[in-house]
Amino acid sequence: MTDYKTILFEQMLKDFAENEVKPLAQEIDEEERFPAETVAKMAKLGLFGIIIPRQYGGAGAGYREYIFAVEEISKHCGTTGVVLSAHTSLCAAPILEFGTEEQKQKYLPDLATGRKLGGFGLTEPNAGTDAGNQQTTAVELEDCYLLNGSKIFITNGGEAATYVVIAVTGKGPKGPEMSAFIVEKGWEGFTFGKHEKKMGIRGSATCELIFENVRVPKENLLGKRGEGFKIAMKTLDGGRIGIAAQALGIAEGALDTTVAYVKSRKQFGRPLSAFQNTQFQLADMATKTAAARALVYIAADAKQNKLPTLSVNAAQAKLFASETAMEVTTKAVQLHGGYGYTREYPVERMMRDAKITEIYEGTSEVQRMVISGALLKK
Amino acid sequence: MKIIVCIKQVPNTTEIKIDPVTNTLKRDGVPSIINPDDKTAIEAALRLKETNGATVTVISMGPPQAEKALREALAMGADEAFLITDRAFGGSDTLATSTIIAGAIEKLGADLVLCGRQAIDGDTAQVGPQIAEHLGIPQITYAADLSCEGNCIRVKRQFEDRYQILEADMPCLVTVLATMEKPRYMNVWDIVAQDEKEIGKITFADLTLDPARIGLNGSPTKVKSTATKQFDKTIETLELDPAEAAKTIVAALQKRHLL
Repeated sequence: MTDYKTILFEQMLKDFAENEVKPLAQEIDEEERFPAETVAKMAKLGLFGIIIPRQYGGAGAGYREYIFAVEEISKHCGTTGVVLSAHTSLCAAPILEFGTEEQKQKYLPDLATGRKLGGFGLTEPNAGTDAGNQQTTAVELEDCYLLNGSKIFITNGGEAATYVVIAVTGKGPKGPEMSAFIVEKGWEGFTFGKHEKKMGIRGSATCELIFENVRVPKENLLGKRGEGFKIAMKTLDGGRIGIAAQALGIAEGALDTTVAYVKSRKQFGRPLSAFQNTQFQLADMATKTAAARALVYIAADAKQNKLPTLSVNAAQAKLFASETAMEVTTKAVQLHGGYGYTREYPVERMMRDAKITEIYEGTSEVQRMVISGALLKK
Repeated sequence: MKIIVCIKQVPNTTEIKIDPVTNTLKRDGVPSIINPDDKTAIEAALRLKETNGATVTVISMGPPQAEKALREALAMGADEAFLITDRAFGGSDTLATSTIIAGAIEKLGADLVLCGRQAIDGDTAQVGPQIAEHLGIPQITYAADLSCEGNCIRVKRQFEDRYQILEADMPCLVTVLATMEKPRYMNVWDIVAQDEKEIGKITFADLTLDPARIGLNGSPTKVKSTATKQFDKTIETLELDPAEAAKTIVAALQKRHLL
């Protein structure tokens, strides 16, 4: 039987990315501007609710479809890709996975339709890779939790209306006890600080969240008290697949752009594509990209089917896809020569965008720790 | 209001390649699309659904592969879709095709029939008007804008240098220009939902048709021969200053009676 769902989904995304995402990519990078108009169009097409079940207003499709959407959009614009990834993997997914029925009914419909964007607050000035070293606190009072502290480098920060935030709620047997909360923009004491100026994904909003005596209702505790670290780690497993898909898309975009360029650019009376060095470089770029795609799809399926290998699959996908994105975009700039170094051509932007995929949602070093840790635990 | 939109699946001409040996169109591997004017007709129907309330039914006559075009229409938001398909329909020209489609519309029932102006593969612009004639309902062609008030359809009918505003009571048929609206993208909700919908099949047995008026027998149009355009590929390169170049180009165009 023909899989029309997949065929139509891919056709829609290719059309949309080519006609709506690509034309804005350079501009939002130059102006360091959040792509609000594209986000509104994505919302109308249901792209923010791909994995959210229909009873909560989503489309009820799977992780493959979601991952494909991030990949296809990131082919043309890494910034727009990460807006979708952070919203879906880091906010909608944990509410879907760990939320109560009331929380799902309250928050998922607006996230599914894109009426509200989602964000996630884990990283702090002194809690990056060492995510356990949280300083943000949530003190339990009679009627609420009192949230104090700040989170930095928050993707969709300021643009998002719904945040999943991790904070210390007490002392546990092995260190601080952490819990997860759903926090809404607009609550008293919740403000936004510094907007980061970045090397790449410059249109993505990356902002500090500041909490000063924010009263979080008790019903907004996500999961059980003390489950915060576990929720954060599980959320990042999913998030890493999103970033891996973003990296994959960036690599594919750079490859496509380079193939077109080397066919038209002539030196020594021949197109660059006629030189064996070019051919071999392209072959390596395409092969690594294909391998990255396979790992990303394996991880998406592991997430979809809740496989116990998910952490390792996600870490391997992110490690390989992000390093491939860096390598492919660097080669793309080299094959473009001097033009590749100018902002007239998109490959320098792709190279700058690729770099972050080796860093956020767990650096490449963290991915290696996850992968080797699982190997040596046996 | 019940709207039926007639669509045709056509090869994507922007991706067509010519076989250098046989000089014919390479159809293998050329993706099929919804004919652009027809896709805008779907958009027009969906907008009427949003503004006035309607059910939108999309129909297509063609081989089983045309199911993809119908499913795309469902993924844009159409309510239901039917494929008109039968071996007996093979070889139909525009007259036989419109006879069959009119039969299907009669069976399904419609207040408003929307067609694209013409298909990019045949370019006849005949099927829409012929359907209206078979059904005995008013028709308005070349619609650049379309609205509905009560039982009345109001159309801006586009000419090269002017337009008319025309009104017709329903039931009626309108043929739509691709320039009317940019068709919407498919959306994720309807892409998933179409998976659970059946595409209805309408065959010869479902319709009351005279076998002499359909298929090859019912097609008065006989194609005597087809030919592929030949391109003269001789290129002459001249290095001239702008004034001299302009004169040379004008002279060359005049020589070929193009000016």
